[in-house]
Amino acid sequence: MFDTIIIGAGVIGCSIAAELAKYDLKIAVIEKNSDVCEETSKANSGIAHSGYDAMPGSLKAKYNVKGNKMMAEYCSRLHVPFRQNGSLVIAFDQREIKKLELLKAQGVKNGVDGLIILGKDEALKLEPNLNPEIAAAMYAPTGGVVDPFQLTIAPAEIASQNGVEFFFRTTVLSLHKENDIFMVDTDHGIFQTRTIVNAAGVFSDDLNNMVSRHQRTIKPRKGEYCLFDKQVGSLVGATIFQVPTEKGKGVLVTPTAEGNLLVGPNSELDDQKEDTMTTAAGIKYVLSTAARTIPDIPKAFIITGFAGLRASEIDGDFVLGEAEDVPGFFNALGIESPGLTSAPAIAIDMATWVSDRLKAKKRSGYDPVRKPVHRFDSLSLADKQLLYQQDHEYGRVICRCEVVTLAEIKDAIHRPLGATTVDGVKRRTRAGSGRCQGGFCSPRVLEILASELKKDIRKIAKASEKSTFLVGLDKDLL
Amino acid sequence: MLKKDLVIIGAGPAGLAAVLSAYNHGIRDILILERESFLGGILNQCIHNGFGLHIFKAELTGPEYAARYIEKIHEAGIEYWLDTMVIDLSKTRKITAMNETRGVIEIQAKAVVLAMGCRERTRGALNIPGFRPSGIFSAGTAQKYVNIDGYLPGREIVILGSGDIGLIMARRLTLEGAKVKMVLEIMPYSGGLKRNIVQCLDDYGIPLKLSHTIVNIHGKDRITGITYAKVDKNLEVIAGTEEYVSCDTLLLSVGLIPENELSRKAGVSINKMTQGPLVANNLETSVPGVYACGNVLHVHDLVDYVSEEAEEAGKSAALHILAKDRHDGMIKVQAGRGIRYTVPSAIDPEAIDKFVIIRFRVDNVYERASLMVRFDNDLVSNKEKRILTPGEMEQVILPKAWFTSRKDAESIIIEVGKE
Repeated sequence: MFDTIIIGAGVIGCSIAAELAKYDLKIAVIEKNSDVCEETSKANSGIAHSGYDAMPGSLKAKYNVKGNKMMAEYCSRLHVPFRQNGSLVIAFDQREIKKLELLKAQGVKNGVDGLIILGKDEALKLEPNLNPEIAAAMYAPTGGVVDPFQLTIAPAEIASQNGVEFFFRTTVLSLHKENDIFMVDTDHGIFQTRTIVNAAGVFSDDLNNMVSRHQRTIKPRKGEYCLFDKQVGSLVGATIFQVPTEKGKGVLVTPTAEGNLLVGPNSELDDQKEDTMTTAAGIKYVLSTAARTIPDIPKAFIITGFAGLRASEIDGDFVLGEAEDVPGFFNALGIESPGLTSAPAIAIDMATWVSDRLKAKKRSGYDPVRKPVHRFDSLSLADKQLLYQQDHEYGRVICRCEVVTLAEIKDAIHRPLGATTVDGVKRRTRAGSGRCQGGFCSPRVLEILASELKKDIRKIAKASEKSTFLVGLDKDLL
Repeated sequence: MLKKDLVIIGAGPAGLAAVLSAYNHGIRDILILERESFLGGILNQCIHNGFGLHIFKAELTGPEYAARYIEKIHEAGIEYWLDTMVIDLSKTRKITAMNETRGVIEIQAKAVVLAMGCRERTRGALNIPGFRPSGIFSAGTAQKYVNIDGYLPGREIVILGSGDIGLIMARRLTLEGAKVKMVLEIMPYSGGLKRNIVQCLDDYGIPLKLSHTIVNIHGKDRITGITYAKVDKNLEVIAGTEEYVSCDTLLLSVGLIPENELSRKAGVSINKMTQGPLVANNLETSVPGVYACGNVLHVHDLVDYVSEEAEEAGKSAALHILAKDRHDGMIKVQAGRGIRYTVPSAIDPEAIDKFVIIRFRVDNVYERASLMVRFDNDLVSNKEKRILTPGEMEQVILPKAWFTSRKDAESIIIEVGKE
């Protein structure tokens, strides 16, 4: 019997888990994938939005601004790559300049600091590679870029080291309440719990609708992206948006927290909740639209493309809190952009609501310190030598594109809630996320995973159990 | 800081040939830095034969070809560090390298030879749409699994791209028991050598579908199949020609990219066409004392030519260390009609021994054409060619004699003559 079960180990579920772990509660996280950060949290823009976008008074506005203000301290404490690089919204004509002014007024209402409208020359001075046809731009100095993987993994590790149990490869089939206990029926048996936090992303409407009469509808909107080589990562300094439309914030051009260039997303309604397929039309649209922001998009430097699904609730706002007709059932539903930015702030309130319902007290011995993450490549020469003295395996490079060492990969495997898959190693260390996309290092990463986890190399997978790399020995089929 | 006369970055075929050449020209204070656990580079996984026909007049496997050089390195007692990654190179030839036994080390070199080779182009670089399941490998990665590690990456294989590694792997995987269903090539011609098409596809009944590409990848966990379609002259997909084929593995053999991240750090100028350094005929880059050869310079088809080029680079580096190199009166080499690029892109007539080789690729298939060499407007050679294709590197040899009366020429132009 659990006090709380959190369904979904994305950035929302994991952030809530870390906060709730402060209380004297028995907590589980149930996740259908093999690792945390396997769905929407892994495939988004990685932006810490400043908060001018959302409608004043909405939950999106409230948590975005709050989350943005928390982000710098939160990320530095949890070793999450984050940079406050500022955002620009560009306008091409008088009509769009008017929109910028409305956007600015909206931002001020939402409590966003430092918004200013720049003239053409100022904007071009700030970003020399911008389309010279622009007329003006709004600058939001509090906009930032954050590593969405680490923003999910870090709180998951905190939760894990404080006793939260994670059940991966476990899919919830149905939910119901018997007396005051929730029965969570999964493909790995029934879990019992006193409360539930629904953080199931694009599937959160399905879970809600199993127990609440207040039916919710998520209409997923797909966004496709192109990621570029770090060599062109400084093409822009700020995150650059075009004036938003009814479809959302539109195609952005941004450096990532890790120094790549990222272009996307489009926004296409999708009737399937697992359709993370990129499309020729989508990529074409993204690249041609981005060319309006930066005329010389260096297409030859694209290293990969990906797609993610926004969990858009049809009413347009986040749905947060206890379902009015189901005591103990808490929704974090419809968390689309700015969900990543909002996650740390949502987690605090959600933990308060759930612990109040359970009348739980804070427990002693909560360990808020994340085991440090050493990124060898980013250190100074002296610090590199120091770290090498502690562990010679920091001298051995496994991923040459991102300069990831053997020590870093072993650490990723043996950390709290460590990596068990090739994608897990990639998101924790960046091994395989560089320009050769794992061409050189994936055979080595497979070997290291197999030997550290004492598993047959043929069982090591990319992500899900079925996504293995090797089918047998040479000549097995002859 | 460690000091060396010559540091060679990379111990594949280019690095090995360069180092021996420098040694034979009198250089002794040499260090080879290799990121893998063995000398020989990619040759170690190329267990098929066909190497060395040109240089050794023998048909060798990749490891045998490498062994001929490695033995000499051992005989000469040349120092090399394995499992060593070079993470920085400065304009002044200061190298930062790291390994497990020495940590992070700085080395000052009088001359550096860049011989880092190339990497394979990825799916992302082609924007192939679809899911991102497992079972998609670059041909070279699959080659490592099969030939070095002894594992089979799949049972039913589709290969995209007719580059040589893909063709070689079609045969290898067939011999190892997998079913290779087809090779798809977006261009109307193959990107690989003719002999590989015959020996690796035709001999095994594997269809090569020219002017076809992949339009979708299916399967969320492991790849379950692909949709492919015909493309028109502009390489645009022709609607209605889509077909589905099931497979559990997709190999990509869609081109190689010289690995010049280090070269860029040193400020070496890069040729946009080859993605390799711009070099003169002595293989010197735009940074004095830094030379480039092999696939880091431009992608070769035959290792023999890599070795030949690398010997020139090693010799030039030696001359630089001995302060015998000369720099004046460079003649530009221009890629004219039908030519994608040339290596070198400049020639110093004073630095020519007996002849200079210009290597290049054409931009299309040309039948019954000719290769013309002009010094400015002066046509000095016009050689008939039955066929020229982008998949096969071409070369012209310019004897020293051609330069004696043409030292003041501004440029040498290579172009394809009319069909």
